[in-house]
Amino acid sequence: MGKNLFQKVWEKHVVSTLSSGQSQLFIDLHLLHEVTSPQAFAMIRELGLKVAHPERTFATHDHIIPTDNTARPFKDSLAEEMMAAIEKNTADFGIQLFGVKNNRYGVIHIVGPEEGLTQPGMTVACGDSHTATHGAFGAIAFGVGTSQVRDILATQTMSIAPFKVRKIELNGTMGKGVYSKDLILTVIARLGVNGGLGYAYEFAGSAVDNMSMEARMTICNMAIEGGARVGYMNPDNTTFEYLKGKPYAPSGASFEKAVEYWKSMASDKDASYDDIVKFDVNAIKPMVTWGITPEMAIGIDEKIPEPKNDIMKEALEYMKFKAGTPIKDTKIDVAFIGSCTNGRIEDFRIAAEILKGKKVAKGVKALAVPGSVIVKEQAEKEGLHEIFKDAGFEWREPGCSMCLAMNPDKLVGDQISASTSNRNFKGRQGSATGRTMLLSPAMVAAAAVNGAITDVRDMM
Amino acid sequence: MTGNIKEIKGKALPMVGDDIDTDRIIPARFLRCVTFDGLGEQAFRDERFDEQGNPTNHPMNNEAYSGAKIMISGNNFGCGSSREHAPQAIKRAGYEAVIAESFAEIFYGNSSVLGLVCITLPKNEIAELASYIENNPNTEVVIDIEKAEIKAGDKSYKAGIKPTLQKSLLDGTYDTIYELMKNKDKIEELDKNLPPKCFN
Repeated sequence: MGKNLFQKVWEKHVVSTLSSGQSQLFIDLHLLHEVTSPQAFAMIRELGLKVAHPERTFATHDHIIPTDNTARPFKDSLAEEMMAAIEKNTADFGIQLFGVKNNRYGVIHIVGPEEGLTQPGMTVACGDSHTATHGAFGAIAFGVGTSQVRDILATQTMSIAPFKVRKIELNGTMGKGVYSKDLILTVIARLGVNGGLGYAYEFAGSAVDNMSMEARMTICNMAIEGGARVGYMNPDNTTFEYLKGKPYAPSGASFEKAVEYWKSMASDKDASYDDIVKFDVNAIKPMVTWGITPEMAIGIDEKIPEPKNDIMKEALEYMKFKAGTPIKDTKIDVAFIGSCTNGRIEDFRIAAEILKGKKVAKGVKALAVPGSVIVKEQAEKEGLHEIFKDAGFEWREPGCSMCLAMNPDKLVGDQISASTSNRNFKGRQGSATGRTMLLSPAMVAAAAVNGAITDVRDMM
Repeated sequence: MTGNIKEIKGKALPMVGDDIDTDRIIPARFLRCVTFDGLGEQAFRDERFDEQGNPTNHPMNNEAYSGAKIMISGNNFGCGSSREHAPQAIKRAGYEAVIAESFAEIFYGNSSVLGLVCITLPKNEIAELASYIENNPNTEVVIDIEKAEIKAGDKSYKAGIKPTLQKSLLDGTYDTIYELMKNKDKIEELDKNLPPKCFN
């Protein structure tokens, strides 16, 4: 019986079994951002410890940085204090910071891959639940809390128990107007927001094989929204081609050596799994969320469902929606394209294709927020920013922006936002009564133009 | 080293509902900080107060439950963001344990390091316990970690606790850093032989 990628990576990284019975796991790549790291550095200082492996540790700032005006000091003094803390902490401990100063910052889960830091067969940890994104490269990547950030800073290891592995086969071809975002929303809608508890999700199948790295990252990014702390895909030629030439990827003879190793880490053909679930991708339609958890998602041609339990009732009440109403034509106030889920170059290309020659509907505030400086520069090189601006979008500086409302980009009152982000929780986008509908970048572009939830296939 | 935790004893707060996410436990705006100090006062802020700042009928605003040490909730508690600010806020608000039908994994791990004890009970027992507490809010609930048992008045339940957590609470090793600092030689050996260093 062969092994799956998760089992291979885990075995190579276990240092010891701790007295609790959990594993002490070595972390190859530790990523930091300004929100979940300052307390960890404070604890390190308090204990008189050093950072064990600064060369395996990289940082950026993304959550609190304004996307309109990045001039220092920030207007928000708390944000300025956090920014100063990440700058000081990385300088004091010799950690590379991708920052405003070297103009290479961005959302941590976009920066890691584009720098070539994220590689197959690695363990990757970050104080951020969307760390699963890096699994698209065949890495085992997961979010951790601040005490674990402290543990990894001090020892390059952490305490964790192994996961079961569920293979999710996505077979078939994505139809016109259907994207990887629609696939992952479909998976979560079927398996539930806690369906993945205790599991790592291995995404496989012909649809995954034919996807770009950008599309793959969108799927792994949202594994955690299905309760799975880890989501990954097996590395293949698409992965290797993406990594070739990236700043921190191996080069020359080392690259060839690396590719051999990376290939050896992929799941064996006869690997065993704790569970296998299959999806017919041909049948998947553009998806929209109607409620307050990401599993409350339906196809664009469907109606808002009748509530079957308390949380569905709570969702309808919060969203001020009526069961039985078609989701299509729901009016929106804000359109947001960006985040670690859909803030990569391909996402802006797809949205620009829809927006070309069209205008954002009157009364809709539309934001396009590139995931990183590199994404922004590439988009501008391709002239995409002109398309967004001509359509009436604000073309912003990189950051997490309106995904989570830790910066000035927020909903007001009970505004409805059509958003490419990952969470539609109550209050997530910065207003305690704000409403979020999660969609693909193409669907958000279409909603921005019509001022209402639209089937993007009608615009193609 | 941290002390061990054998028992948690105190009043309980029933806060029914599923999928209570970490944005609800501690809204993102309170994450603009470089210490965890003061987070306890902001726990469930947007659930406890309306937009005008008036208190809602959230159970944490109910005098009957003041001083509670044990929170009782539903399925998938602590889902969403990995922010340790969530268990920090709950702990700093005076809670020592959360009893729920199930927990999101990152929240569970974050809580365990802090010694905020996460215990599971089946749905029907949660409902029974919550309703008992609603009718008898002054009940002293006792969680016996060693016996994995919950007692409330004349009621007694088998507490769901992972053996790894149970052992680390009883041993006082739930704060992982001390044990992780051992094994330095093995760590350094792995460091040399794992990506990306092994390709050089």
